[in-house]
Amino acid sequence: MTDLTRLSAADLAAKLAAREVSSVEATQAHLDRIAAVDADIHAFLHVNAGALDAAAEIDRRRAAGEQLGELAGVPLAIKDVLVTTDMPSTSGSRILEGYMSPYDATVVARSRAAGLVPLGKTNMDEFAMGSSTEHSAYGATHNPWDLDRIPGGSGGGSAAAVAAFEAPLALGSDTGGSIRQPAHVTGTVGVKPTYGAVSRYGAIALASSLDQVGPVTRTVLDAGLLHDVIGGHDPHDSTSLEEAWPSFAAAAREGARGDVLKGLKVGVIRELPDAGFQQGVAESFRAALAAMEAQGAEIVEISAPHFEYGVAAYYLILPAEASSNLAKFDSVRFGMRVDVPGGTVEDVMAATRDAGFGDEVKRRVILGTYALSAGYYDAYYGSAQKVRTLIQRDFDEAFAQVDVIATPSAPTTAFRLGEKIDDPMQMYLNDVTTIPANLAGVPGISVPSGLAAEDGLPVGIQFLAPLRQDARLYRVGAAVEALLVDGWGGPLLDRAPLLNGEAR
Amino acid sequence: MAKDALMDFDEALELFEPVLGFEVHVELNTETKMFSAAPNPAHESNHDAAPNTLVAPVDMGLPGALPVVNAQAVRSSISLGLALGCSIAPSSRFARKNYFYPDLGKNYQISQYDEPIAFEGQVEVELEDGTLVQIPIERAHMEEDAGKLTHVGGATGRIQGAEYSLVDYNRAGVPLVEIVTKPIFGAEGRAPELAAAYVRAIRDIVIALGISEARMERGNLRCDANVSLRPRGQEKLGTRTETKNVNSMRSVQRAVRYEIQRQAAILAAGGSITQETRHWHEDTGTTSPGRPKSDADDYRYFPEPDLLPVAPSGALVEELRAALPEQPVARRRRLKGEWGFTDLEFQDVANGGLVDVVEATIAAGAAPAAARKWWTGEITRIANLQELEASDLVSPEAVAQLQALVDAGTLTDKLARQVLEGMIADEGTPQEIVDARGLAVVSDDGALIAAIDEALAAQPDVLEKIRDGKVQAAGAVIGAVMKAMKGQADAARVRELVLERAAQ
Amino acid sequence: MRHLGVLARIQLSDAEVERLTGQLDSIVSNIAKVSEVATADVVATSHPVALENVFRPDVPGAVLTVAQALQNAPDADDDRFRVTAILGEEQ
Ligand SMILES: [Mg+2]
Ligand SMILES: [Zn+2]
Repeated sequence: MTDLTRLSAADLAAKLAAREVSSVEATQAHLDRIAAVDADIHAFLHVNAGALDAAAEIDRRRAAGEQLGELAGVPLAIKDVLVTTDMPSTSGSRILEGYMSPYDATVVARSRAAGLVPLGKTNMDEFAMGSSTEHSAYGATHNPWDLDRIPGGSGGGSAAAVAAFEAPLALGSDTGGSIRQPAHVTGTVGVKPTYGAVSRYGAIALASSLDQVGPVTRTVLDAGLLHDVIGGHDPHDSTSLEEAWPSFAAAAREGARGDVLKGLKVGVIRELPDAGFQQGVAESFRAALAAMEAQGAEIVEISAPHFEYGVAAYYLILPAEASSNLAKFDSVRFGMRVDVPGGTVEDVMAATRDAGFGDEVKRRVILGTYALSAGYYDAYYGSAQKVRTLIQRDFDEAFAQVDVIATPSAPTTAFRLGEKIDDPMQMYLNDVTTIPANLAGVPGISVPSGLAAEDGLPVGIQFLAPLRQDARLYRVGAAVEALLVDGWGGPLLDRAPLLNGEAR
Repeated sequence: MAKDALMDFDEALELFEPVLGFEVHVELNTETKMFSAAPNPAHESNHDAAPNTLVAPVDMGLPGALPVVNAQAVRSSISLGLALGCSIAPSSRFARKNYFYPDLGKNYQISQYDEPIAFEGQVEVELEDGTLVQIPIERAHMEEDAGKLTHVGGATGRIQGAEYSLVDYNRAGVPLVEIVTKPIFGAEGRAPELAAAYVRAIRDIVIALGISEARMERGNLRCDANVSLRPRGQEKLGTRTETKNVNSMRSVQRAVRYEIQRQAAILAAGGSITQETRHWHEDTGTTSPGRPKSDADDYRYFPEPDLLPVAPSGALVEELRAALPEQPVARRRRLKGEWGFTDLEFQDVANGGLVDVVEATIAAGAAPAAARKWWTGEITRIANLQELEASDLVSPEAVAQLQALVDAGTLTDKLARQVLEGMIADEGTPQEIVDARGLAVVSDDGALIAAIDEALAAQPDVLEKIRDGKVQAAGAVIGAVMKAMKGQADAARVRELVLERAAQ
Repeated sequence: MRHLGVLARIQLSDAEVERLTGQLDSIVSNIAKVSEVATADVVATSHPVALENVFRPDVPGAVLTVAQALQNAPDADDDRFRVTAILGEEQ
């Protein structure tokens, strides 16, 4: 029998719909896989004890002839930043250990309503602050391609779960690249939708004006299918867009036919020269562009002069908003409390936040407090918001010339665990390619482009599209994916090393 | 607590000019809260909710929760801004005011900072003698209320000395409009009176608009009074104190007077005023120091990223402007003329909050003088005994019906008061009560004459005296007749008939 | 740094203060460059997608049960959240 864990979500869904397999079988296969490999990967913080019951319910409804969604019965891993009623939600922080939400995040509720089966909650950098998942209070996640390396971050757990075949689909959140960069280093697909395309309600806020929830998958079509489930207007989120979105799965299917590449204008940013990237990353990127060009795409050099200020602006806006968003963790209503004998509530709050937050969180909360404090607002936060305007203008001018912009998804392949942990600024510079999309709100996708020659580790190519043009990314992403997988003779992940003595 | 030295009020006024300023918080009576769909405890139907039963996730800052603005709260705020003579900002926005306090679910208050919805207005205030004063308004902005703390273990329920505190988040998120005046000059010795009159004016306006319950004892309307003194002839303003949350008009008046006397004593002794908040103590009629202004008051305001600008269209503003009720001061002036009341009579009505019910009673057919007498007299007397609002006891229509029975001679004033008791006890309409209790005046002359003849026969000496022209002797007979009729006779008619019969 | 710790309500140890001071100096010197291009003529963008007037009708919706509200409370008493003595004043 086929190994159900190696199927794409679309293929698994087809078998479920045809009743070739049951959701209970599919869910059990993934639970078995988690049991077999997650001790090494540590993608999950919590495995859903109710997963098989949820699967059985879908099977019962299908047997009763109910019309179910396309993904009904397919297992789903959920980043721990999303609140869930039946599993703890910690956002990777000690301060929220054991926290149970009385409500589901909108994306979780929509996933359940579509019949997806929550498998568990995935690991992440604490409050999504990080690019390596090493800042989780519950231990690092390991990259399935090399267990000594980082799986990216903050959504390293979701990317690793999908890359290690522990789940066919996962939900992530992307504030400065937390979906796309993990996709890059794990050979998977990640999409950051247009800001407002997917509800943020129930996503534990990091930086409200940058956060966006999105799909983490192994194929572009799977991402489209999941995006169709979670996206669309939500009245609980004031920043949610009231668009009538097209089907992103349909866009991916259309793209996979390949003809979208003909005449496609692909912008390459002059200010991001190849020299700024690890050699194997730059090579993989150029090779992917060449393959696209061979299919009729036109590569156009564009200028984005303000992107170089993106990291700086990001590391002002994010800490500022985060310092405010994380103020609610004060030991009064929920979460950890450190008692201070004879102390006042102020003492208790301060001691709790010292004990409950990790170093990176403290660093950013203090930085954000500083950036907003009297006398510094204009120079820091105010200026950063202006840089945002300038980056939006860069995008507007670029998209007047090209259909999509392409960049390597990150400067390097997966670095070693511990390598950058003591140098926050080095860690921050990792986000240079992904941050502009969050600052401007535009959508981005990372699709595997190959392996870096020097270390054999995955590389991703990122495509960016104008605001609201998410469907274009699915079309282009699926076309490039089809083209490259064709060239490789099979999915990139087929070349990942075996885990835990598994037989293929 | 050391007792403050106070300077004689008149002496203080000779040396110093008082400058006032007010921040009044108005709780709107919308159905739901400012940023959540939880029922609003400041709406009349939710007054007595049990602790933490009117709480949605965003009100207690649960992880992942997001605010969404209440459309009606915006409309009410615009209406209030217009009634205060303010300009309505074509675009205004929310900001976060960051500070830690256990009654604040998110540890920031969503308020408006640099872009309030309404700005630059003025309010006409009427002093007790009818003098009109214009109070300049700086701004009116939307924000949310905080939860309620109960301090346990201290001697007086105060925060000082309390062992612990309990937090109820029902009030968290109640829509507020904060009205801030500009500095008010020239009030001089009438400053205390003006303070009370200003708060009354705001109360009258919000009641006329129907946007708040405006019950000060419930905290629907809360006044912070700023007082500073400057020596005569000095240009520069003195240091001010802010006496917080004064919860009745009388207290506002007393608190302002107290601060003038206290500050004058300090300044005259060569001391200086500390810029601080102060607390008003109803029992002792004094203020005590609260929080000094410090660099911990760095609220790190920044634009609320979870909410979008409020940009009311010109059409909406004009629609709301057209729907504004007559300004309370102007309306009072008009009604006083129409009703022909003296200053004193009208103040009785106005100060008792009875303008509306008197107006409705007159509209239902009662003469103005009669309507005034009922409401400021007997009904208010009973309301005071029962510690209720006069307007809660009976309806204006029923009072008009009662007066109609008096006018028709069916009831004497004394009988009418008995009927009123029945009305308050919910025994039915005035006519029903007259019938059920058999209270109508005996207007049948036959029955009266029979009783008179019997009384005259019983008191022959009285008859003699009357016949001798000592008319005042008739009183004894009248008394006997009234007694026989159980009071249900018109004494004047009885007198007429007695004299008539005696003459025969 | 101590003052920032007070504002952010984080009790920082001496060692933390020292470490953070060094790291923040380096980070701030890197990010301060935003002011180079943030000239007066550039408007600030606080939301990536410009929307306005997003409102909710004034219609009551679901509330938490008391049990749900108190579900995660570190301490509660009498259906309310319990905290130890408060030093500061209401704002
Ligand atoms: Mg104030
Ligand atoms: Zn206020």
